[in-house]
Amino acid sequence: MQLLSQARIAVLGAGHVGPVIARMAIAAGYHVSIAASGDPEKIMLMTQILVPGAEPQWAADAVVGTDIVVLSIPLHRFADLDPGLVAGKLVVDAMNYWPPVNGVVDMFEDRRYTSSEIVQRRLARSTVVKTLNHIGYHEMEEDRRTAGSADRRALGVAGDDPGAVNAVAEVVERIGYDAVRLDSLSAGGLLEPGGPVFGVPLHRAEFELAVLAQVA
Amino acid sequence: MASAQFPLVLGLDTFGDRTNDAEGRPISHAQTIRNLVEQGVLADQLGIDFFGIGEHHTDDWPLSAADVVLGAIAARTKRIRLGSAVTVLSSDDPVRVFQRYSTLNAISGGRAEVILGRGSSIDSFPLFGYDLADYETLFEEKVNLFAELLKGGPVTWEGTTRAALINQDVVPHTESGPFPVWIGVGGSPQSVVRAAHYGFNLMLAIIGGNPSRFAPFSRLFDQALKQFGQTPRPVGVHGPGHVAATDEKAREEFWPYYEDVIRRIGKTRGFATPTKEQFVHEVGLHGALYVGSPETVAQKIAANLPALGATRFDLKYGMGGLSHDALMTNIELYGTEVIPRVRELLASEF
Repeated sequence: MQLLSQARIAVLGAGHVGPVIARMAIAAGYHVSIAASGDPEKIMLMTQILVPGAEPQWAADAVVGTDIVVLSIPLHRFADLDPGLVAGKLVVDAMNYWPPVNGVVDMFEDRRYTSSEIVQRRLARSTVVKTLNHIGYHEMEEDRRTAGSADRRALGVAGDDPGAVNAVAEVVERIGYDAVRLDSLSAGGLLEPGGPVFGVPLHRAEFELAVLAQVA
Repeated sequence: MASAQFPLVLGLDTFGDRTNDAEGRPISHAQTIRNLVEQGVLADQLGIDFFGIGEHHTDDWPLSAADVVLGAIAARTKRIRLGSAVTVLSSDDPVRVFQRYSTLNAISGGRAEVILGRGSSIDSFPLFGYDLADYETLFEEKVNLFAELLKGGPVTWEGTTRAALINQDVVPHTESGPFPVWIGVGGSPQSVVRAAHYGFNLMLAIIGGNPSRFAPFSRLFDQALKQFGQTPRPVGVHGPGHVAATDEKAREEFWPYYEDVIRRIGKTRGFATPTKEQFVHEVGLHGALYVGSPETVAQKIAANLPALGATRFDLKYGMGGLSHDALMTNIELYGTEVIPRVRELLASEF
């Protein structure tokens, strides 16, 4: 693979989920940078051992020249993220608003909107796509399969911008999942905790049925 | 991996799970706690190395004051090590945690241990008036203070989460240095690094998915210890399960209660109930559950410990609704059959 043609992904967040997504992206052939909230020195060793091949950087440096920025930070820290940092970027929202597990965050308490719509409203100059939020970080890697495998798991990819949804769907497919497209961040509410596919391993047909049953 | 420099330790953990009587009705919290003391005493009689109780604050897991129960077990036992699994330090006062476990250490003649962590439930935060959004700060500061307290001698400490201490003597003093402290980690690399920073031991809580994915965490821990100039520390594994005479019996006993408990947790947290197929996968070689005959469970432990660079395994027994009798049988089989078999299987490594 030529480095020049390698698409670049930045993962913001070095907690439970970020390193797993970074590792999968590297395995899928992407160039990956990873950032926590502060000095990359603090995640240097972690990156070397858990995400070999990824570049630990300051968040501001990690996003430079990337096509896609994955957000996997705790949602109660989201308000601290400078929207300017990801302006003009395609942002993958892998986060969940999950009060029984992570506590209440006022900014996300307006239940008229999905958590990703609220993320999009704040990141007004970015294009937000929701995915990778409804599969446990403990099963993400093991459940990957090559395209066409009978037991390949499906993941929802939701967004308001069809081009962005397609771009993220391609990443999801390359990582090892069937992408099921949902045509709005509002519909992406189906991927949230309490929804029909949250934490459920489903194949494409089952996934589409589960989602359709809710829409109907 | 530096396994051989630490002894093989095989213990039990419990959350004091709700227990049913013969008619399937839940028994009282009080009786559950008295039964727990009997379970700890039996574990000691069978030569099991460790007995840990996890802090929870709910009707299903009424063990909010684990150290009191451990004190009762300590008074009736001679050999078994006793500890929390885990202590939710972020919503507790490190000074009180130190005092309680130092007291347990005194009663038990130096057999106390503490595993610090978050656990998977958040009930203690609203109960004690803490905001979960402050979790990281609370844990970071309190671990820092706890490490200071363990050194013995007067403590001077300042932070944002509790009153400062100035040259404060905290009692009771331990008899012979600090008791063992572990950090329980469920998947956060930063927690692994934090454990190494303080020179605490690492306990991997593997409650779902393929245990092998935790192997890099042990390597990270070893490397981080080196980087911080700490001596090597042991790695342990906490895994849920149930042992019965045969694989079939263990699964039949465990599955209905497991399904019920996970369904009820799922309802509050918004995830789906596991299917039987998923359960069978978790029970298999690549899953997180240690459910089966003594031979099956021993084989799985013996395979996972070296693969994870770990020298300790704590079986988290019990599942809301299982009877006291089933739990006592589980403990007996674990002590008389699983442990000797694991020691036999790993004889060349220890």
